[in-house]
Amino acid sequence: MLKIKNLHASVDGEKILKGIDLEINAGEVHAIMGPNGSGKSTLASVIAGNEDFEVTEGDILFEKANISELSPEERAHKGIFLSFQYPIEIPGVSVTNFIKTSINQVRKSRGQKDMPANEMLKKIREKSALLDMDRKFLSRSLNEGFSGGEKKRNEIFQMAMLEPKLAILDETDSGLDIDALRIVSDGVNRLRNKGNATLVITHYQRLLDYVIPDVVHVLMDGKIVKTGGKELAKELEERGYDWLKEERAEMT
Amino acid sequence: MELKEKLMSSYLAFEEQVDMENDIHNVRNKAIKFFETTGFPTKKMEAWKYTSLNSILKEDYSIFPKKEDTIDYKDIKKYLIHDIDTYTIVFIDGIYSSHLSRTTHDKLDACLMSSALNKSKYKSIMDKYFNKIVPEESMSSLNTAFAKEGAYIRIPKNVSAEKPIQILNFSTGNESALMVQPRNLIIAEDGAHVQIIERHQSLTDNPVLTNSVTEVYVGKNAEVDYYKIQNDKTTSSLIDNTFIKQERDSTCSLHTFSLGGKITRNNLRFYQHGENCNSILKGVTILEGKQHVDHNTLVHHIEPNCESHQDYKGIFSEKSVGVFNGSILVDRLAQKTNAFQSNNNILLDDGATCNSKPQLEIFADDVKCSHGCTIGQLNNEALYYLRTRGIPKKEARALLMFAFANNVLDSVKIPEIKNRITKQIALKLEVELGFNL
Repeated sequence: MLKIKNLHASVDGEKILKGIDLEINAGEVHAIMGPNGSGKSTLASVIAGNEDFEVTEGDILFEKANISELSPEERAHKGIFLSFQYPIEIPGVSVTNFIKTSINQVRKSRGQKDMPANEMLKKIREKSALLDMDRKFLSRSLNEGFSGGEKKRNEIFQMAMLEPKLAILDETDSGLDIDALRIVSDGVNRLRNKGNATLVITHYQRLLDYVIPDVVHVLMDGKIVKTGGKELAKELEERGYDWLKEERAEMT
Repeated sequence: MELKEKLMSSYLAFEEQVDMENDIHNVRNKAIKFFETTGFPTKKMEAWKYTSLNSILKEDYSIFPKKEDTIDYKDIKKYLIHDIDTYTIVFIDGIYSSHLSRTTHDKLDACLMSSALNKSKYKSIMDKYFNKIVPEESMSSLNTAFAKEGAYIRIPKNVSAEKPIQILNFSTGNESALMVQPRNLIIAEDGAHVQIIERHQSLTDNPVLTNSVTEVYVGKNAEVDYYKIQNDKTTSSLIDNTFIKQERDSTCSLHTFSLGGKITRNNLRFYQHGENCNSILKGVTILEGKQHVDHNTLVHHIEPNCESHQDYKGIFSEKSVGVFNGSILVDRLAQKTNAFQSNNNILLDDGATCNSKPQLEIFADDVKCSHGCTIGQLNNEALYYLRTRGIPKKEARALLMFAFANNVLDSVKIPEIKNRITKQIALKLEVELGFNL
């Protein structure tokens, strides 16, 4: 589904990603772990199409098509979703109106008509229940004054509504207490199916106790330095990242 | 001939059209003398520092248009709030159009200033209200001097006007350039309720200069809800002078939607003459090209325990200019005043300008007053966030701008107005309205 080849990216002239190769197939969950500043969030942003980052080399293929030149909205239309580490507060736009606009714009891009109001309402009810969200929450301004946990829950709610093919969860576990973490993980797990894929970006292993990855990659200094199964996450949790650094140093 | 000289000589001709024996005429004479001494405002005056009238004063305006009323309902329908039942008072080139209007004398008066000024049965009302709260200023004095026609609205004690009243001023372009000076008087007696919608609209690109004065009297416990829709051609300019006197326990809210016009100046003054008054001043301004809007507001807190809320939002693109000069004056007696003011602006292009100047003069020591103004740009992070949800750039920008203006639109009590303004804004932003805020 997603194939990244030799991806280099920089921001303000500073090189952050230095040759990433990554392939994710439908039905899989991949995790990307790594120390702070290794380029995890940059990778998420570059896949989502953030124009602040410049792709200097390499390609991103999504369902065999090169999406490197596409705008963020075009990528969303193709079924890529990014759950933000720090969701933006937008006063004056309610959660409901926002998600309605979002869904209908995606439908429009696919030549479909607006979703009928009753269908939309039903879907909103269903998906907000999945994430144990309060009705009142839906009429509040988007992310304005939301707690960290509410923001993340709202991200997963949007994901549930949009039903993306590829969901990228950028540090979704940060700012969540244990109950919220469980609700969010349950939500993510229930949305998984054979046709979609998930890329979990996280600093810690704790989210991976709930959302079990098929493949774990370690990102350091803009490169994937190690790839393994779910046990790699546990190993990192126990040993930290330093041994990997040493291993790399020895290799070079 | 300079416009000022032309107006001075026109005044002599004007005197032949009106009843010079009437007391009103003394008021006019005094006003023209004041205008003669002061002339038009210039940028040297503090209150006009950011707005120059030079570009519009050089036109050769007709002061007395020909009485040629060739307008049909279909020509003006789109400028009306026509999907709800309203009283309408329509003026074409400053002249009342009976066939386009729906006036009334039943329960309330929604009719003509010319009748009110001339008929003896209105004399006591005119003595009490006409030109009583209009300050001696150049533009309002000029209007007073030529005061002859406009809307006269009186809602008697404890009457609630069951439908809104629209005051519509159209210019036809029959004159190559036209100057009109509507004079409105609105009286909501004690306990009365009324909603007013006012619009000035040119039907062609011929230059128009409107210098209007509206006096609004809000009686005890009365409520006036006023909407000004300013979405005129870029060849038309408007100097709107609106003066509002509130008595105790009254509420007056006034929304100004400035979406088009060459130069628009809103001189808006609220005077609170009783306790527990609430004054609400709100505005949304969205301009492009070289359009210029200047909001000059004053809330004068004279009595204790009153409130005022000013909230103006502006979005400026290309080379447009916005000015906000908002004053709050709290007298020594006006203890426990709550006065708030906020002016937020977004500049979309490098060539756009915004001047925001809050002015607070507080002579009482137990009050809550605040003001805040911001001038900024659209939040790029928010834009990116919306785009990752599949909302295209243009629509995402529009959504953010709507969100920005939302709390002003939210307080509009007539849904049809809210819909229209929302549609107008969408049209300006060139988006299809896929969302309802």
